[in-house]
Amino acid sequence: MNAPQLVGQSLRKRVNDAGFVVDLLLRTALSLGFLPRRTRFTLDMAFNAGVRALPVTMVVAAFAGAILAMQTGIELRRFGDTGVLGTITALSMCREMGPFITGVILAATVGSSMAAEIGTMKVSDEVTALEVMSVDPINYLVMPRVIALAVMCPLLTALTDFVGICGGSLVAAQNLGVSQTLFWNSAYDALASSEHFLPKEVYVGLFKALVFGTAIATVSCAAGLRANGGALGVGLAVQTAVRNSVILIIVLGFIITWFFYFLAG
Amino acid sequence: MIELNDVKKQFGDRQILAGISLSVPRGMNYVLMGPSGSGKSVTLRNIIGIVRPDSGSVRVGGMEVPTMDRDQLMALRRRMGYLFQNGALINWLSVAQNVALPLQEHSKLSSSEVDDRVQDVLRMVGMQNSAEQSPTDISGGMKLRVGLARALVTQPEYVLYDEPNAGLDPIISHQIHELIAEVRDRLGVTGLIVTHSRACAVHCGDRIGILENGRIGLEGSVAELTSSGHPLAKAFLGSGAD
Ligand SMILES: Nc1ncnc2c1ncn2[C@@H]1O[C@H](COP(=O)(O)OP(=O)(O)O)[C@@H](O)[C@H]1O
Ligand SMILES: [Mg+2]
Repeated sequence: MNAPQLVGQSLRKRVNDAGFVVDLLLRTALSLGFLPRRTRFTLDMAFNAGVRALPVTMVVAAFAGAILAMQTGIELRRFGDTGVLGTITALSMCREMGPFITGVILAATVGSSMAAEIGTMKVSDEVTALEVMSVDPINYLVMPRVIALAVMCPLLTALTDFVGICGGSLVAAQNLGVSQTLFWNSAYDALASSEHFLPKEVYVGLFKALVFGTAIATVSCAAGLRANGGALGVGLAVQTAVRNSVILIIVLGFIITWFFYFLAG
Repeated sequence: MIELNDVKKQFGDRQILAGISLSVPRGMNYVLMGPSGSGKSVTLRNIIGIVRPDSGSVRVGGMEVPTMDRDQLMALRRRMGYLFQNGALINWLSVAQNVALPLQEHSKLSSSEVDDRVQDVLRMVGMQNSAEQSPTDISGGMKLRVGLARALVTQPEYVLYDEPNAGLDPIISHQIHELIAEVRDRLGVTGLIVTHSRACAVHCGDRIGILENGRIGLEGSVAELTSSGHPLAKAFLGSGAD
């Protein structure tokens, strides 16, 4: 096979994969009517996702906030303008870093385990068994997971935002000589000065988290459902799930920021 | 009655089924044998409508399966049980919940009726004492029996068995074979059994078919096949086979 053929083949496969994910998302949306019957399971899933991701997310959030404050603080110090450190940390945490960190960690912890669970079920015929019993795997397996992550990701993101700002405030006080009061006041002003109920940064960030949660769960379930060939296939499904989730988090994150800040003003 | 007529199925450029024809009369057990990867599971999947054939006819109770719509398929699947290799149980549900699953999703039975039915089938397969256990805590033979209970709980007319004795020791295998024969004799179920096991064929099979190159290469009762001296019969049913 020559190079153009290989590229063509790989492109076709990508398009095919993307089509599967989009189709799965649509069918998940169509099966939302089953949510009342799956409430218990959905809540279990959400709770597990939260518990599994919480410790790592909090540690990473604290350090990310600290790095953010340090990075900007070093530059601001040259202009003697460290008073706005709280504002900058709060806004970039809420708009970009919070959802991004939460998304990546959820992809690595919860998304991967979703792909492994569903992939294992797929290669051991359990998914087929559901079909044979006329139990739709989409509303039984996929929909509760998508809803669980779509709900958990914004909740965790709110926590991540808060812990990140705390991390930033420590660095500000310890290393940059910005008092806690000044830092928190400027952070609070940035987040409270808004004609809306929540400032744009916060709701854009939470909206991002909602999209990320949905995307991670859908992509991970899709990878699981397409697993084949035993334990090796499950491993590959996990790899695909995490890789595709991270790519989507970055691309969708860009698109959403662009949309809210450049397209829609 | 299950009837396949000249069914062909290709995956990629590999012709898996190349015109297989077989028929399972009502209340009989048909045993389908053949080498690994020869398309036995694919054959079963055609019958329950998970895989559609490229051509040929698949009929269950006189109705053509490949052209069924969603609702017709659901109705068909309610009349049909499918026992998977290793049971294919959902491992976060208990044994009893696994067996109840097909009833809970679709039938209008009350929860006490569901419980009664579940208890009945669990008793039939001898698993009534493990109802609350998790599938991860029970042995392979027990999983298979629970899988059989789940296949039987909707009171199907047909049961498809995919390698019901793979990886089991001879004693447990024997219990499963007795159960399969009992399902036919007591419940009048029409069965199609995929297996490599000579003991299973001898014990439960009214008729044996051996797959070769995507179609039935040899067919008959156990006695007919063993006396035929055909190489396929020797390979699968001869004294060297297990
Ligand atoms: N959905 C599918 N897509 C592609 N190939 C398949 C599919 N299902 C089965 N096959 C292939 O068909 C062949 C026969 O499979 P199967 O019926 O499972 O064999 P067995 O006789 O051991 O049960 C195998 O080589 C398998 O890889
Ligand atoms: Mg098979």
